[in-house]
Amino acid sequence: MRQPIGYRIAAHVVLIAGSAVMLFPFIWTVATSLKDIGEVFTFPPRLLGKELLWENYVKVWERYPFHYFFMNTVKITALVVIGQLLTSSMAGYVFARLRFRGRDTIFLLYLATIIIPVQVTVIPNFFQMKVYGLLDTHWSLILPGLVSAFGTFLMRQFFLTIPPALEEAAKIDGCNPFGIYWRIFVPLSKPAMATLGIFICNGVWNDFYNPLIFLNSTNKMTLTLGLATMQGLYSTDWPVLMAATTISIIPVIALFLLAQDLFVRGVTLSGLKGE
Amino acid sequence: MKELFYKDSTWAVLLLLPNLLGFLIFTLFPVIGTFLIGFTDWNMADRLNWIGLENYKTLTADETFHKVFWNTLYYSAVSVPLGMAVSLFLAVFLNRKLRFIRFYRAAFFMPVISSFVAVAVIWQWIYNPDYGLLNYFLGWFGIKGVSWLTSSVWAMPAIIITTVWKNLGYNMLIFLAGLQGIPESYYEAADIDGAKWHTKFRHITIPLLSPTTFFVTVTSIIGSFQVFDAVYLMTQGGPARATSVLVHYIYQTAFQYLDMGYASAMAYVLFVMVLIITLIQFARQRKVSLY
Repeated sequence: MRQPIGYRIAAHVVLIAGSAVMLFPFIWTVATSLKDIGEVFTFPPRLLGKELLWENYVKVWERYPFHYFFMNTVKITALVVIGQLLTSSMAGYVFARLRFRGRDTIFLLYLATIIIPVQVTVIPNFFQMKVYGLLDTHWSLILPGLVSAFGTFLMRQFFLTIPPALEEAAKIDGCNPFGIYWRIFVPLSKPAMATLGIFICNGVWNDFYNPLIFLNSTNKMTLTLGLATMQGLYSTDWPVLMAATTISIIPVIALFLLAQDLFVRGVTLSGLKGE
Repeated sequence: MKELFYKDSTWAVLLLLPNLLGFLIFTLFPVIGTFLIGFTDWNMADRLNWIGLENYKTLTADETFHKVFWNTLYYSAVSVPLGMAVSLFLAVFLNRKLRFIRFYRAAFFMPVISSFVAVAVIWQWIYNPDYGLLNYFLGWFGIKGVSWLTSSVWAMPAIIITTVWKNLGYNMLIFLAGLQGIPESYYEAADIDGAKWHTKFRHITIPLLSPTTFFVTVTSIIGSFQVFDAVYLMTQGGPARATSVLVHYIYQTAFQYLDMGYASAMAYVLFVMVLIITLIQFARQRKVSLY
């Protein structure tokens, strides 16, 4: 149904104004990253400087241990995404299909922990990492990230929608439960895994709380923690800091633009925050 | 041996084991651990005594705790309705066959997918009393700006504005999904009766959207109890704890003052708050029997 023209114009006006408010801080971030340091605090504020100083983007890599921040984040995110997809899909398959005593009790326990705030687990986890000698290592972020009750729940819900008829034939052909998981369930769940994977990826990439608690050395830091620390240390060089910030969100935005529909489906299907 | 290879329970154990181990070690045992630590005066080093309910008694008399508790409720009470109103408003406009809808959706979702660290600096600059854009903008209307982040009155509203801006795209998408679930025929029937848009909004949209609204309310409240990044990055809880919230005080108590016992007791207060909201949701779900 087409809306009346007046209504459509009104909607566009509201949405353009809204989009401007949403995008403005990002635009200003990029604009500041191309300014000279003296042009940052001018009043009245101006979007652009006299010329565009692209060399600020080179300075980011020269002046700060930025390549560490970037590579650390890539490494941690990749391992957590792969690990969590694997553990979530395996356990999700077990909870959806395999029968054994106590299964539903264990699953209820998983469900009950989904809402638990990180503050309720972080102190014993910090202590564990201290005991294992893993404080200030990436393992202190990766190991707890390998399993999530939320991911397990999501995969189970997806597997429940797969018709049992598909695996009956495989069973008759002598396929064991692992074969059914690996040859039927994993290939069929590619869209669900992509959605979950994107959520995990976004959550880990942007996580600030855990790195803040578990990491200490500058060279071990992730992008979020590194940037926050740089804000404190080098608060004078705003353009370079903004260049660093811009670099840190480019991968996130690229992923979003490539997979906008998966993001949207993830939000609307799960309706639960992955963090 | 061959039989074992085909048994469900064999594979159930093998496939579940890595997940279950991680779950027990990093979630379930720590949840129990924090509960027990809450009854001690542990400092994660040399001091560990069982002190019973002492931490919980201290909480009732701790003025800082009262302050951060009320700040948390203040933050929730303002940011949740405000964020929901704005996101519903935008979702209603987006729920039309308009052009550029993908662009709008992407624009509103940009802050959601970005880290708080990435947007905190620019927002600090927007709020800057001397060079900042907000006061400059207010100046156009002859309003004299304030020193946003260093004012004990305005720092919390500033945090709320920023977090509402950052999160509203998320709720907007959920509202949008809810709106798209309302059959077009209801509106067409109302059109035939000559209903005005506000009548349709009140008598069709709002009632039929109520399961979504309820869900968004619950998740927003739970999320608002845990606001940390904004506070830590923009004000450090200041000035004079004006923006310090429960999770910020828990963080300080545990990792700056190293009072693990007291921090654990506070973490359980937070846990109970989240639990209450969740139980309300369960009770309602059972009543409405949506699932």
